[in-house]
Amino acid sequence: MGPERAGPARLRGWWLASGGLAVLVAGVAGLALGPADLGFGEVLVELVDRLPLVEVDSGLGERQQAIIWEIRLPRVVLGLLVGAMLATAGGAYQGVFRNPLADPYLLGVAAGAGFGATMAIVSGAGDGVGILDPVPLSAFAGALAAVTLTYLVGATGGRLDPVTSLVLSGVAVASFFTAVQTFVQQRESETIRQVYFFVLGQLRTAGWNDVALLAPYTGVCLAVILMVRRRLDALGVGDEEAGSLGLDVRRMRLVTVVAASLGTAAAVSVSGLIGFVGIIVPHTVRLLFGTSYRVILPLTVLFGGAFLVLADIVARLAVQPAEIPIGVVTAFLGAPFFVLVLRTARRAR
Amino acid sequence: MTTIACRSVIVSFDGVEVLRGVDLDVPSGGWVTVVGPNGAGKSTLLRAVVGGLVAGGEILIDGCPVQSLSRREVARLVALVPQEPVIPPGMRVLDYVLLGRTAHLGFFEAEGRGDMEVATSALSDLDAGHLAGRTVDTLSGGERQRVVIARALAQESPVLLLDEPTTALDIGHQQDVLDLVDGLRSERNLTVLATMHDLTLAGQYAELLVMLDAGLVAESGSAAEVLTEEAVSRHYGVRVRIIDDESGPIVVPVRRTT
Repeated sequence: MGPERAGPARLRGWWLASGGLAVLVAGVAGLALGPADLGFGEVLVELVDRLPLVEVDSGLGERQQAIIWEIRLPRVVLGLLVGAMLATAGGAYQGVFRNPLADPYLLGVAAGAGFGATMAIVSGAGDGVGILDPVPLSAFAGALAAVTLTYLVGATGGRLDPVTSLVLSGVAVASFFTAVQTFVQQRESETIRQVYFFVLGQLRTAGWNDVALLAPYTGVCLAVILMVRRRLDALGVGDEEAGSLGLDVRRMRLVTVVAASLGTAAAVSVSGLIGFVGIIVPHTVRLLFGTSYRVILPLTVLFGGAFLVLADIVARLAVQPAEIPIGVVTAFLGAPFFVLVLRTARRAR
Repeated sequence: MTTIACRSVIVSFDGVEVLRGVDLDVPSGGWVTVVGPNGAGKSTLLRAVVGGLVAGGEILIDGCPVQSLSRREVARLVALVPQEPVIPPGMRVLDYVLLGRTAHLGFFEAEGRGDMEVATSALSDLDAGHLAGRTVDTLSGGERQRVVIARALAQESPVLLLDEPTTALDIGHQQDVLDLVDGLRSERNLTVLATMHDLTLAGQYAELLVMLDAGLVAESGSAAEVLTEEAVSRHYGVRVRIIDDESGPIVVPVRRTT
């Protein structure tokens, strides 16, 4: 991390390894901890047992194995996918809008998803399961509609520069969808609790279905964002200069925003509106590892996933048998941690 | 053999014409400097060459109208050193110079070893190799200017546009930078189009001076032809004395006595 190092900004092996380790620790903890207590060691052995060509006996019974493979693992994987997607989308937005406060909900994804989910819930369609559950589908549609509207309105920004125009139209669209959603929610008070849970976010899964639904979106969107990360560095010199360097700024912004918004829409449709991850994870990575998006984004994928899995453990265990909404946990634990990083990073300079 | 030809170039912002039909030729390997009072359209002219915001007339680079070229194609022909470059906070010098390679990379491509070599040699050509590991926002004005020029060199474009390259520098560094650019011009066979405020320096380095006033070419020619007491006082609204020196005309402002 020494500032005098002369090579170009690049991902160092041990940085990636520490991200991988964070994912592994969070994952094993997520499998081991819960109402039915399983040992860390037994869980690790059970995981190793499933590797091809390896056979070891974890000593876990059939029921415990089912808890790991059918209940806890899907939830851990879902946490990894959602956390990675929200955090990376936040980082990408911060780069493409050159705004440290940009989060993945900037262009109205959250408001649109909340609106879509609320409409599905109040219409009484909310108790389906997995692929047939209309709530995530409706949330996904609402999120995409809101972002598309934001983009269309922002593109006609007149005299404003394109970034400001897009951000402001996001504010307008989000306020509008939130207003409609709140209105509907207040009129249908018997479903208010269900809507409330969606808004605060939770990683409740119905097994592997949600994971299978989300994985392709997350995979493609993360891949696209990671591939344009070098260009996000070039965008740091501003639209005009980046253009004179040969960057097609409009195309670059469109590609990034589409990937980040689509991935975010898919994530929130499954997990609800988990806040704060998209801000604190990329900023923490930036403070610890440097300012180049070439470094920030890949590490954000790993640490974002690990962070959300850890937050989910707290959400499940803190007030058993009830669950705290995970959005409350991410902010409650994330905010003090972020302040700590902010202070130590400043002192190190 | 790259040349720039401006033919009756018109650029307007919000309906106001900033350039009102400018004709200008930059011969291959030459150094042309555009001078003129604030608001005459100097920077706009350079921005028009790289950005294609031309509303009328045309700008030809190597005979191709700039509007028909993509950003990437333009960037491979013309590199701009902006007047006030935006410095991303915390970015290190080598990474900043590597941004100059953008036009040579595919949309999803990362820099390779060849790009690294180009960036390092650009830095060492500007005697800035020792700065590679520093962050750009901690450099002095003179160091920073050399790093920005290194980024432009890393573009490997045959034409270099310099927008007031000396404005932020003391007179020693002004001379350093212009000497460096002149050396690079012959070494790398570059064509230079610059804008400058300091008329004396402008005359000493350029082969051809073009004076813009209110969006039109007012004078053009050698330094001795353009930098006359009459022309400078008319277009800048200032009283000056021109002293003839073997290095070129020296323009000295003289306080108005009432």
